[in-house]
Amino acid sequence: MRARLVGARLLQAIPVVIGVVVITFVLTRALPGDPAVYFAGDAADEASIQQVREQLGLDAPLPQQFIRYVGDLLRGDWGNSLSTGQPVLSDLARRLPASLELTLIALLLSCAIAIPLGVMAATRPGSWRDHLCRVLVTAGVSLPTFFTGILLIYVFYYLLDIAPSPLGRLDFLYIEPAPVTGFYLIDSALAGDWDTFGGAARQLVLPAITMAIFTLAPIARMTRAAMLQALSSDFIRTARAAGLPRGRIVYGYALRNALLPVVTTLGMVFSFALGANVLVEKVFAWPGIGSYAVDALVASDYAAVQGFVLAMALLFVTLNLIIDLLYAVIDPRIGFDAT
Amino acid sequence: MLRIADLRVRFATRNGPVDAVRGIDLSLGNGETLGIVGESGSGKSVTAFSILRILDQGGEIVSGAVRYGGMDLRQASERDLNDIRGREISMIFQNPRAALNPIRKVGHQIEDVLRQHAQATRQDARAKAIAALEEVQIKDAAARYHAYPFELSGGMCQRIVIALALACRPRLLIADEPTTSLDVTTQKTVMDLIRTLARDRKMGVILITHDLGLAGQYCDRLVVMKDGQIVESGTPADLSRAPTHPYTRRLVAATPHPGKKLHQLVVDGTPAPIPARGEVLLSVRDVTKTYAGKSGPVDALRGVSFDLPQGGCLGLVGESGSGKSTVSSIIARLQDASGGDVLFQGQSLCDVPASRFSRDPRRPLIQMVFQDATDSLNPRQTASQAIAEPLRRLGGLRAGARRDRVHELAEQVGLPANLLTRLPHQLSGGQKARVGIARALAVSPRLLILDEPTAALDVSIQALVLNLLADLRHRLDLTYLFVSHDLSVVQMLCDTVAVMRRGQIVEFGATEQVLNTPADSYTRQLLDAVPQPIV
Repeated sequence: MRARLVGARLLQAIPVVIGVVVITFVLTRALPGDPAVYFAGDAADEASIQQVREQLGLDAPLPQQFIRYVGDLLRGDWGNSLSTGQPVLSDLARRLPASLELTLIALLLSCAIAIPLGVMAATRPGSWRDHLCRVLVTAGVSLPTFFTGILLIYVFYYLLDIAPSPLGRLDFLYIEPAPVTGFYLIDSALAGDWDTFGGAARQLVLPAITMAIFTLAPIARMTRAAMLQALSSDFIRTARAAGLPRGRIVYGYALRNALLPVVTTLGMVFSFALGANVLVEKVFAWPGIGSYAVDALVASDYAAVQGFVLAMALLFVTLNLIIDLLYAVIDPRIGFDAT
Repeated sequence: MLRIADLRVRFATRNGPVDAVRGIDLSLGNGETLGIVGESGSGKSVTAFSILRILDQGGEIVSGAVRYGGMDLRQASERDLNDIRGREISMIFQNPRAALNPIRKVGHQIEDVLRQHAQATRQDARAKAIAALEEVQIKDAAARYHAYPFELSGGMCQRIVIALALACRPRLLIADEPTTSLDVTTQKTVMDLIRTLARDRKMGVILITHDLGLAGQYCDRLVVMKDGQIVESGTPADLSRAPTHPYTRRLVAATPHPGKKLHQLVVDGTPAPIPARGEVLLSVRDVTKTYAGKSGPVDALRGVSFDLPQGGCLGLVGESGSGKSTVSSIIARLQDASGGDVLFQGQSLCDVPASRFSRDPRRPLIQMVFQDATDSLNPRQTASQAIAEPLRRLGGLRAGARRDRVHELAEQVGLPANLLTRLPHQLSGGQKARVGIARALAVSPRLLILDEPTAALDVSIQALVLNLLADLRHRLDLTYLFVSHDLSVVQMLCDTVAVMRRGQIVEFGATEQVLNTPADSYTRQLLDAVPQPIV
């Protein structure tokens, strides 16, 4: 039954992917600015621009360009970035893990704080703990990430000097670990290089905290609301009347029932954070996918933009698939409905 | 075994403190079954929750003592209480499906309780949980162990809740409306099961219910509660023979049972005249309805036919899933039939699809009163807006005339005019039911479909509403189709009864005849399940 569920969800993803391919193609063709002009350089005359245009295949009719585009995609040729000169696919392979590592660590941190916070607030609504939760959450959303980031750098790097310089994923003292997954923490651990692991972890702390503070709010709020609802359910009363201890009722019974909306929120926050962490990446000179995309957009580097949008779309499709599967794990009723 | 002295419980609400229980004294002997009877808001459930101290947030025991054996439960620590809950004193609840954790296998939920009270170890917990399921007569218990609550019927869920409550062999069981959301026949099997288990284990039972008939049949002793106080107590026989308190008298009168007349439900009631029967108003001809289900098509109706004459009242009786609501919504033209025809005044209703029937000139003639008076009113509309709503579209009246008509309707259904400006949450259940009836009557229908109009009401309110319906039927010369699961209610209002089961009418006939000489075995089963009157 689970296998069929996975299969069905995968099939549903196919039209989404096709749609995204079409849209990225059309959108990048509609971008202002002529890549041929950019690529030919400042000194180029009309003839050489035309030559570049023919080289890039930009003179062909759109349908023909599209077929070539799809064929290239399937072969793994996502084009070359005009600004970096590298193949887009290898740029993405280098930068996507940087963003993913940061976002995942930030979300883990965020969940580790937000879920207990929400549970605490829900078990004693109206108490000082509830108010504390509310204050923290409000503060978290109202501080923009670039501000939190700069503040953290100012305090922990400049004043206290306990954080490393906010310049990328690894201090120049360390050697990049051999790329296996692209996640420095995992790669260095695999290589047994604990010095590098520590160095990478230290670089991660401040940007991860910055993002965690920002993503705290929706998760904590949703946990609180879902827990309040779960705790007022009839089955909680049954559990209390059966003499189950408080911890078991709150975490074993109520929280598991409250997890569904929390997981939904988590998925939304994750997609949002991955796309919107450009500011954090800029502040911490993080070589992530967000800053790559912005640079590419500014430079009319359409192959890079296409690659970025496509990679994100594929990532979101995967993410949604994972979340759907998580639902089925959490709630037995969902798998039942899908078949 | 249990002694409650001068218990007072207060709830902190937004509008200040509310005294839910105001000084009650109770005692329960070993192996005794005590019934606490009262209507909504009487404080009977709060009393039960106070015993185990599982009051909802904001509830507080202000004073009094709850002694169980030698122990004062009110002073006991949470830790000691957790040892008592589930092991010495257990509770079962209304709405069994909601009372179980929806995402945990029922077997595991029973194991949780067994292991908590050290009645089972990791190794034998499963066997003991299955044994607990077998004790509540669940067939194929080993397979049911792996079921989730949503895969089980309501009756089955209640058995699981009972198994969970009794797994640790408690000495006292508190049952809070254990059968309220169940079908009558299921109600009987569940209550019989509780009684058998209680006798076998010499277990004390406190049965909390709004149903005096049910309490009378299963309890050794009854107390009647009203507004947080005990107004009367005694054996069932005493209470029904000589109820001293006027409230008890009203309650005894309002409890329906087969053979009782409608006007007997209210003290000093007079029978309403029955309108003369005319020609056939509604004719249902071999109506079928098939839904596309997950595992193939489901036949909700397999050929239903009956005639209803002008001025008549037909009771459509059946348990959940029998198709009675499907029939009524097809007649009300809220959905289309898969086959067959419905004739109204000799003309087919089915030639206009349900989606376009709202613009049909016959729409005002067929109106419906819905089951849940609360849910079927828009929470943001005042009573008068709700009643005026159908007049806007179907009545063709100007604003002034509409206001007069609303007042006229309110008077007809006995709704005081000063309540017309209130919103639904400011009205009581009975008042909301009256608004629902007035709304249905607003466009002067000929046929009124009543879909369990009193199922959500207290018995004393039900008695008033039923009498109102009988009176309206005569005064406005209405024809009723009364849909209900409760044969004892139907027989009072209706002159013809149709018993439905699995999408078919299994018995059809005059009320007297169906009641006294039921031809079908299922009808007999339904009649048997109705609690015996405590007379």
